[in-house]
Amino acid sequence: MQTLLFLILFPILVACLLLFVKRTALRYAVVALSALAIGGASIYLLIRYAFEGAVYFAAPSEAVGLAMVAIEMGLALFIIYMGAKFRNYLAIVLAVIQAALVVYLETTFSGNLHAVNNLFIDQFSIIMALIIGLIGSLIAVYAVRYMETYHHHHPEVRDRQRMFFFVIFAFLAAMFGLVFSNNLMWLFFFWEVTTISSFLLIGYSETEEATRNAFRALVMNLLGGVAFVVALVFLAATETTSGGVDLARVLASGETAVVLIPAVLIGFAGITKAALMPFSSWLLGAMVAPTPVSALLHSSTMVKAGVYILVRFSPVFAGTFAGFSVGLVGAVTFVVASAIAISQSDAKSVLAYSTIANLGLIAACAGVGTYMLVWAAILLIIFHAVAKALLFLGTGAIEHRTGSRNIEDMEGLIVRMPRMAVMMFIGIAGMFLAPFGMLISKWAAIEAFVQVPFGLVFIAILAYGSAVTVFFWAKWMGKLVAVTRNRERVEKGFFEEPWAPLYIITGLVIAAVALFPVISSALIEPYVLGIYGATARLGEANVAIMLLMMALLLILPVSFLLFKRTARHLPAYMGGRTATPDLHFAGSLGLTREAQTRNYYLNEYFGEAKLFRPGAAVCIVLILASWILAGVAL
Amino acid sequence: MTWTWLIGAVLFLILAPIAGGLIAGIDRKITARMQGRVGPPLLQPFYDVGKLFEKERAVVTTAQNFYVLAYLIFIAVSGALFFAGGDLLLVIFAFTLAHVFLVLGAYAVHSPYSHIGAERELIQLMAYEPMIILAAVGLYMVTNSFYVADIAVTTVPAILYLPGVFLGFATILTIKLRKSPFDISTSHHAHQEIVKGITTEFSGSTLAQVEIAHWYENVFLLGFIFLFFAWNPVIGIIAVVVTYLAEIFVDNVTARVRWQAALKSGWLAAVLGIANLAILSYMMLGGV
Repeated sequence: MQTLLFLILFPILVACLLLFVKRTALRYAVVALSALAIGGASIYLLIRYAFEGAVYFAAPSEAVGLAMVAIEMGLALFIIYMGAKFRNYLAIVLAVIQAALVVYLETTFSGNLHAVNNLFIDQFSIIMALIIGLIGSLIAVYAVRYMETYHHHHPEVRDRQRMFFFVIFAFLAAMFGLVFSNNLMWLFFFWEVTTISSFLLIGYSETEEATRNAFRALVMNLLGGVAFVVALVFLAATETTSGGVDLARVLASGETAVVLIPAVLIGFAGITKAALMPFSSWLLGAMVAPTPVSALLHSSTMVKAGVYILVRFSPVFAGTFAGFSVGLVGAVTFVVASAIAISQSDAKSVLAYSTIANLGLIAACAGVGTYMLVWAAILLIIFHAVAKALLFLGTGAIEHRTGSRNIEDMEGLIVRMPRMAVMMFIGIAGMFLAPFGMLISKWAAIEAFVQVPFGLVFIAILAYGSAVTVFFWAKWMGKLVAVTRNRERVEKGFFEEPWAPLYIITGLVIAAVALFPVISSALIEPYVLGIYGATARLGEANVAIMLLMMALLLILPVSFLLFKRTARHLPAYMGGRTATPDLHFAGSLGLTREAQTRNYYLNEYFGEAKLFRPGAAVCIVLILASWILAGVAL
Repeated sequence: MTWTWLIGAVLFLILAPIAGGLIAGIDRKITARMQGRVGPPLLQPFYDVGKLFEKERAVVTTAQNFYVLAYLIFIAVSGALFFAGGDLLLVIFAFTLAHVFLVLGAYAVHSPYSHIGAERELIQLMAYEPMIILAAVGLYMVTNSFYVADIAVTTVPAILYLPGVFLGFATILTIKLRKSPFDISTSHHAHQEIVKGITTEFSGSTLAQVEIAHWYENVFLLGFIFLFFAWNPVIGIIAVVVTYLAEIFVDNVTARVRWQAALKSGWLAAVLGIANLAILSYMMLGGV
């Protein structure tokens, strides 16, 4: 239990310490050392608890519970203050409703708000802790130098780095708390802390746009928070049958009909936090924040909290129409967000839409909730976290170096920043290509949906969704590998430190692919087996084939040695005109003109304006349907 | 553990280029007859590819050789996996990987014509991917296995359950075989192309590798058609021949369409497939 408490409390200590550190060098030392400690502790957690199944800890309850309620009230006051300051009354209303509900809950059902065990750890929590502890803290390390450069580039932004790093570490602490809590009251507390943290981080630059987007994120997540408290009230009121606020008891409760309503409400909170449609706009708006924040929100924290809770509750969703409906929200989000990603040329928006799409896919698996799908969902969470962290941090580094994060401007990155381009290439490959991770999950999901009644709906959606996914990733990859001529290399001169986290995360992406059979058999399969009594796995032959493919991919670059350097180099064909290798050709009237290549964005067909509204409308209907279906089941 | 799967893979790797080249030769002959020409000798595709290997090595960038080699190797590996009786979905995804390499090769050369070819190749990929996944799912629903080895020995006449899926698959087959009206990224016909699309900058042995990869892939595609008729090998072979002849016919009576039409056709074919599968799963639920 000490390790759990350490992982929750230590980041808070670091956060407080960072409030007083002003010099970048010192801050770097503190952040790097604490990252090491947090990463080390999460690995220790893996070694210590990986083979023990679910372990529960009583942990002190009374005083901590009171402190949490006090902090929640403080946070509510803070929201009301901020809401009044920026005239966002919706946020105030939601904060007040939520606070009132918490007070009502504490006063009316005080007897029913106890869990036997407040903390727990099982394989799924270990996986989440590893993601938070390794990737989250690497992002924090990267952020130190990034923020220094950021303020260099943006002198107009007030330097609030001390607050920034305080929030980052508080965020990590809350995430650890969230995945270790067995008491749903505790879980809700940490849930709210992540909401406030992301609010503060998104609004960091204090521009009008940043503030507006920060409030959008806040309002949407508060909406989910309100649903969460309502679920808690419901659980407390039905304590004897549902199991109250004890997560383990709720999940084990045989009274599916009773538990389904709170599950759907908490699932709704998960949908808002995971930025599924119609709530995707908060995650897109979050792009205004400095890139490490995006990386954090998209890969290891925040949205992962949303899908974490959905996957936790998937045994309850399994086989119910309400769960099916929640799954459909995810599936529709998957296909619509993937399609919109085609029309985006800003690298961060492509990444954001792809995150939304993948969270949708995870939610689709969790909502339908058979054992194979839960297996696939957890695998998706892992692979998405590593690959997406790499891509965001890479995009941030490229933006600082080249001054643009537009995909068109990344043309020829392989010439200008070869190391960076290779890392981005690996990250993108990790998102959609066999034998990399995400594809394994998609594949497993298809095989699993075939066996579900009405699973055909999901398969159809997956088939189209994965087709458009290939399109938008491959054209980005193509831009990276274009060998442009006469361009200077700009890799040098960038601060050296941020590369270390990038290298490590690149290593993690490759390690995740190479080791996924081990990850699956050591962590995911025992977890799924523990809950469903059955588990999914890939056939050994298929695993062997994929490792073979991986080996081939690693060996193939050696073939560069085979190609004769003596081959004649010719300029590209330019319609028979005299041309130079850098795409200049002899135009008419003796003028030299330049040809440029641009990717297709097919805005007319896949534009945001065209697809977002219908997608959001369908998802709203599905969410309402899930409530009604849960109500009917009761 | 039996080793028969290995035989299938090795036979494919050795025989598929020969079979693929012969099919290409027959294709050219029949096409010529349809156009009122005599046509080249049957072995002309081999002569062409042989000659390409003799050509001077000329590149725009050395990297293009790498991508094309990777394309060829992964096409061969994916096809071998299919004939080894492997998981159909894995085969499909491995083919996607191979095609992405070809596209990256076209991007790497950084040339206007191959750039457009690459974009169009990706659109093609996007057009046929849903249908090909649904075809695999359809075969699963009938035979209860994703493994080619199991599907190939089924006693169930899959085609009778999957007529819509088969029609949809035949539609996207036109895209995969690079035949009109959907040969939007590169074409075999001079009258369709001003420049050679995605392969514009590939020459000599590199272009030969693209051609051999195409042969490999065609043999895989014909194998896929066979799966629909696998319960009776004789009918299966007849069906493969008839389907291919129909593709040649369509190739010769149509002209290239715009990419929008190609994409819509591919996706509508998938809708047809979905409708078929929906009816099928309804029948299965109803115990019919």
